Amino acid sequence: MTTSDAATAVMPARHYLNEQRGIRSWLLTTDHKRIGLLYLFSITAFFFLGGFFALLIRLQLLSPEGALMTSDVYNRMFTMHGVIMVFFFLIPSIPATLGNFLIPIMIGAKDLAFPRINLLSWYIYVLAGLFALASLVLGGVDTGWTFYTPFSTSFSNTPVVTAGLGVFIAGFSSILTGLNFIVTIHRMRAPGMTWFRLPLFVWAHYATSLIMVLGTPVVAITVLLLAFERVLRVGIFDPSIGGDPVLFQHLFWFYSHPAVYIMVLPGMGVMSELVASGARKNVFGYSFVAFSSLAIAIIGFLVWGHHMFVAGQTVYAGLVFSILTYLVGVPSAVKTFNWTATLYKGSISYDTPTLYAFGFLGLFLVGGLTGLFLAAIGLDIHLTDTYFVVAHFHYIMVGGTLMAYLGGLHFWWPKITGRLYPEGWAKLSALVVFIGFNLTFFPQFIVGYLGMPRRYAMYPPEFQLFNVMSTAGASILGFGYLLPMIYLTWAWFYGKPAGNNPWGSKGLEWETTSPPPTFNFDRTPVVTEATHAYGHPEEVKVA
Amino acid sequence: MPEAALTHADLHAHASPRQQHHFDTMAQQKEAATLGMWVFLVTEIMFFGGMFAAYMIYRMWYFPGFAAASEELDITLGGINTVVLIGSSLTVALAVHAAQEGKKNQTVALLIATGLLGLTFLVIKYFEYKVKIVGHHLPDGTTITLFPAAGFFDVSQSEHLAPIASQVRIFMVLYFALTGMHALHMIIGIGILGVILWMAIKGAFTKEWHVPVELFGLYWHFVDIVWIFLFPLLYLVHRHG
Repeated sequence: MTTSDAATAVMPARHYLNEQRGIRSWLLTTDHKRIGLLYLFSITAFFFLGGFFALLIRLQLLSPEGALMTSDVYNRMFTMHGVIMVFFFLIPSIPATLGNFLIPIMIGAKDLAFPRINLLSWYIYVLAGLFALASLVLGGVDTGWTFYTPFSTSFSNTPVVTAGLGVFIAGFSSILTGLNFIVTIHRMRAPGMTWFRLPLFVWAHYATSLIMVLGTPVVAITVLLLAFERVLRVGIFDPSIGGDPVLFQHLFWFYSHPAVYIMVLPGMGVMSELVASGARKNVFGYSFVAFSSLAIAIIGFLVWGHHMFVAGQTVYAGLVFSILTYLVGVPSAVKTFNWTATLYKGSISYDTPTLYAFGFLGLFLVGGLTGLFLAAIGLDIHLTDTYFVVAHFHYIMVGGTLMAYLGGLHFWWPKITGRLYPEGWAKLSALVVFIGFNLTFFPQFIVGYLGMPRRYAMYPPEFQLFNVMSTAGASILGFGYLLPMIYLTWAWFYGKPAGNNPWGSKGLEWETTSPPPTFNFDRTPVVTEATHAYGHPEEVKVA
Repeated sequence: MPEAALTHADLHAHASPRQQHHFDTMAQQKEAATLGMWVFLVTEIMFFGGMFAAYMIYRMWYFPGFAAASEELDITLGGINTVVLIGSSLTVALAVHAAQEGKKNQTVALLIATGLLGLTFLVIKYFEYKVKIVGHHLPDGTTITLFPAAGFFDVSQSEHLAPIASQVRIFMVLYFALTGMHALHMIIGIGILGVILWMAIKGAFTKEWHVPVELFGLYWHFVDIVWIFLFPLLYLVHRHG
C-alpha cells in the first residue's frame, strides 16, 4: 500500500454516497454503484443464512449416528444450504456487486446502459429471495438443490413449488444483469477504450453475461414445467405416465453446469486484476486470458452431460461429454498458467488482496484438477455422489469464487467506501479462511474416495475422524468469514481516507476519486493505453 | 463539486430532451436500446427452446400418440389464427415505417389494427381452449376432455386415443405449455402496445425519435415467429401426404 498517498488523503467533498441521503434515495436509486451495494447487503444476508445451514450440516456429521436431527430434517438443511448458496449468493455474488460497481467505471461510462432495469433486477432478486424465505418458513425443501424429478414432482411433501418459483424469479434478475452488461460493454465504452484495452475483469464479465443470457431462460422453463407437473399432476418428467426424468436432468444441467462458470468466471476476472496489481505487471498473454473466458463460456455449454454419467445416458454420449469436459480444462489451465507467469519476476506486494489471489490460485488448481478426475467416466462411476464430488465443487465455488470475491472486496473496498481497512486484521482473516477452508474440505476428498456418499445424515464410524476435521475446519472458516464483515463495516465509518489510488494500480477506476462521484468521472475519460500497462517492474517503485 | 455539475449540464445543454443522462449521444442511446432488445429476444428463444427440445424428444419417442392427438386440434381455427398473426406482423411493420416517416395518424391507425388482430387471435385461442377444457363430442356421442382436469387427460372414452393415453397426455401438456406461454407473450405484447399507442396519440414519436415503436415491432415479430413454428409442429404433425 502506498503509504505516502494515504497519509495526505482526504475524503472528496461530494461523492455517490453523500450526494443524496435517506432511505428513498437508496431504494429508488439508478446509480450502478448504489445498486451494487444494495446487492452486496442482500447477498451477504443470504450468505450468512446459507452458512448457518452449513454449520448445522457439519454439526450433524460430528458423530456417525447424527445426533442433532432426523434424516428428514437433515435433507431440508442441505437442500436449503444448496439452494440459497447457489441461486442467492454465488450466482449474483461477484457480477451483481463488484461487476455492477466496477464495469461502468472500468470502461469510462457514467452508468450501465439501462440503469432502471438494473434497479429492477435487484427488486426481482429481493422478490425471489422472499419466495426462498417463504419455502423455509413452510418447512424447507428436501429434494436437494437440483430438484430432481420424479421425487420433486410426485413424492416430496415439501414446498417445492415455492422454492422453485424463487429460483425461477431469481433467474430473471440474473438475465437482466447479463443483458445490461452485454449492452454496456458493447455500447458504452469511453473513447479509446478498444476491446483489447478492456480490463480482463470486464472480459470475464462479458463471458459470464453470455452464459446468463443463454442459459438462465432454459432453467426458468424447466422449473416452470416442473411446477406445472407438480401442481396439475400431468406428466412431462414422471415416468409413471410416460415422462422422462432424465430429460429433466438434461434441461436442468444445460443451465446449471454453465452456471458453475457464471460463478467462477467473474472470480477469474477478479484474479486477473489482483495478480496484475499485486505483481505490478501486465497480465502475461492478455489476449489468451481474455479469449479463454469466452472459450470457457462456449465449451461450458457442451459439457452438461457429465452430471449424468450414471443416470442412464448412452455410453457414446458419455464419451463425448467426457472429452468435452477435458477440453474445458484447457482454457482454465491457460488462465492459471498465465497468472503464474504474471507473478514471475513481478514486484509482488503481499497485501491482503494478493494473499487472497494466492489462495485462489492454489485452491482453484486443486478444484480444477479433481474436476478432471470426475471427467474420467470410469473413475466417476466410483466417485459419483460421494464426498469427493462435494469437495471438488467446494474447492471451485468456495476456494475459487469466494476467495476471489473476498479478495476483490478487499481490493476495491477503498474505492467503494473511500476508506482503508485495517490491513493486519485483513491478512489474518485471509490466513484463517485459507486454513479453515482446507481443513474443512480436504478431508472430504479422502473420505469421499473411501466411499462416503453425500446427502446422508449418518455414516459408518470409521469415517468419523475425517468428519470431525471437517467440522473443526468449518468452524474456523466461519470465524474467518465473520472477521471481514466486522472490520470492513468498521472501516466504512472509521477507516482512514484511502485516496484515489491506494494500491498504485492501473485502470480507470483508480483515476477517479474514492468514493467516485455520482457519474463516476467529472469528464468522460479518453483512453490512450492498455489497461494493465505497468511497464517494467523495476520502473515502478512502491510508495 | 460545482465544477462537475457544470460539466454535466454543459454536456446536455443542447441534447434532445429524450436523451438520458448517461449517454453521450442519441445515436449511442438508440444503439444500446436496440441491442438490448435483440439480446432479450435471444433469451426468449432459449426460453421457448427448452420446451421445443422436450417436444422434439417426445415426438421422436411417441410419434403415434403425437399424430393422433394432433388431429384433435382444430386446424381451421389454428389456420385462421396463423393468417391473423401474419397480418398483424404486416401492420406492425407498416406502423414502424409510418413512425419513421413521422406520420402520426397512420402510425396510430396501424397500431390499432395490430392490437385488434392480436385480440382476434386471443379470442379464437380462447374458443379453442374452451373446447379442450369442457370436452368435445366424438361422432359416436361420447365426450373426451383434453385439458388436465382432475389430474389427467380423460381420453378413456375414445377408442383410438385410450390405448396411447399417456402419449396423448404428454402431447397435450406440451400443447398447453407452448401455446399458453405464447398466448401470455401475446397478452404482454398487447399491454405494451397500449402504452405505445397512448404515446403515439400524444404525439411522442417524431421522425427523429421513435425507438419504442421499433423495439415493440421487434418483440411483436418475435412472438409471431414463435407461432409460425408452433402451428406446423402442433397442428400438422400427421396431415401431410
